[in-house]
Amino acid sequence: MHGLINRAIQSFVCATYGRECWMQATEEAGFGFSEFEAMLVYDREKSYRILDVLSTELKRPRDDFLEDLGTYLVSHPDMEGLRRLLRFGGVTYVEFLHSLDDLADRVRLAVSDLDLPSLELQERSPTEFELHCHAGLEGYSSVMVGILRAMADDYGALVMLTHAGDRNGVDIISMILVESAFAKGRHFDLGARNS
Amino acid sequence: MNDLDQLSTMLDTLCPMFTVLDKDGRIQKVGPTLQKLRPNQPMVDHCFLEIFQLVRPRNITNLPALMAIAGTKLHLKFHDEPQTALKGLVAPLPDGTGAVINLSFGISILDAVRDYSLTSADFSGTDLAIELLYLVEAKSAAMEASRSLNLRLQGAMLAAEEQAYTDTLTGLKNRRAMDHILEHLISTKSTFALMHLDLDFFKSVNDKLGHAAGDHVLCEAARIMLDETRSGDAVARVGGDEFVLIIRNLSNKERLERIANRLIGRLQAPMSFEGDACVISASIGTALTSQFLSPKPAEILHAADLALYEAKRSGRSCHRFYSEATQAQH
Repeated sequence: MHGLINRAIQSFVCATYGRECWMQATEEAGFGFSEFEAMLVYDREKSYRILDVLSTELKRPRDDFLEDLGTYLVSHPDMEGLRRLLRFGGVTYVEFLHSLDDLADRVRLAVSDLDLPSLELQERSPTEFELHCHAGLEGYSSVMVGILRAMADDYGALVMLTHAGDRNGVDIISMILVESAFAKGRHFDLGARNS
Repeated sequence: MNDLDQLSTMLDTLCPMFTVLDKDGRIQKVGPTLQKLRPNQPMVDHCFLEIFQLVRPRNITNLPALMAIAGTKLHLKFHDEPQTALKGLVAPLPDGTGAVINLSFGISILDAVRDYSLTSADFSGTDLAIELLYLVEAKSAAMEASRSLNLRLQGAMLAAEEQAYTDTLTGLKNRRAMDHILEHLISTKSTFALMHLDLDFFKSVNDKLGHAAGDHVLCEAARIMLDETRSGDAVARVGGDEFVLIIRNLSNKERLERIANRLIGRLQAPMSFEGDACVISASIGTALTSQFLSPKPAEILHAADLALYEAKRSGRSCHRFYSEATQAQH
């Protein structure tokens, strides 16, 4: 599993539940280290082990935990860079949803060895969508639910999201767009730079 | 709606940084994004070449000259500040009635987006500008993560080197290792002799034949020292051309003298390096644990040092034992 994914879990736990909780979890998982390196690749098994440990420790089902992780990735101030990258996907929430078809390719363009499952947006009507999350990364669709919800807030759109289960190994998230400009949303300045 | 209006409506959508010039080079229409770069300075009715300066090709001062290079990539910039660099392409209108010039940012886009507060809506849907901006941010973030990993790895490497016990050139133990061994032997009250060996004339080999020859000599000298000692003894390189040999369980001066003389004899033999003969020698000072009631590492090292000094003073290439009598003289 790519270090960036492990690092995301680590950052989320430290920011939300505290560093102590993370240290305890890595110890419980028997890693022998407590810091994931963002740019190294780890055994897939390690990621799922830490998720299991955290799920038990925090008494939260894994899917709920992953949804929260998705929300964190977009809405936490430390993750502003990631939010910006996602906002490049489109000027409106619907445009953003359509850009998800290219998300795996966009990610690969930035970090060539980070392989994310492909996503496919299906438009049922102008206000009803289904996001098909293809196989390859267990729990990915739960993270996506969190991301979609937080991005809706970011664009000021009002959506209802449900995890509609899986069809032939493809996880389906169904979305109803209640209002595309419900609130003002957060500002996105193309030229803003960290420096 | 006349032809010109129709054309410019199309261009507004397709390439919002266009201008349409009349046959005299005067701007008749300007795209919304291009006009946004100079919000307080309407471009229409101004001469194109009064607002924009042609950087390449140079020496173009009128429209006919501009028309003559239709299809060539132009490099331009604003006459006034900020002098954003632009790329351009000229396409003549039919019947010599003027020309369309389309402009774009090229690599200046990063600054332009900030300087002019541009948004996605300022670029046409087919423009790769937004993808480029995305890529720059994504790559910078990835690069930053890699850079911080590199820094940490470098730190870890330095720490590992500091913790190493081996001299990388000769493969002998280093000073750190020697300190540990000395500490250990003394704490277990072992008997040993400590020889401090200094190569003579090494500097002149280095100076005359170069560092490669010097390195070769150090490696050869190391090999000889390992050869002349037993596996339980320790040989360490503690400075540029300084070595410490710890000979365990031996306090017989005659045997030690023989070992020292054999070392000097072998080190004096010329060593050949790429056809050159490198000639060095060695001076050795030896101290024994039996010379102290309760020896301390620093004490023994110092004693061997004094003996070495004595050997050097006696004309180099020789061996001296530490003696309290010599110490008293200093």
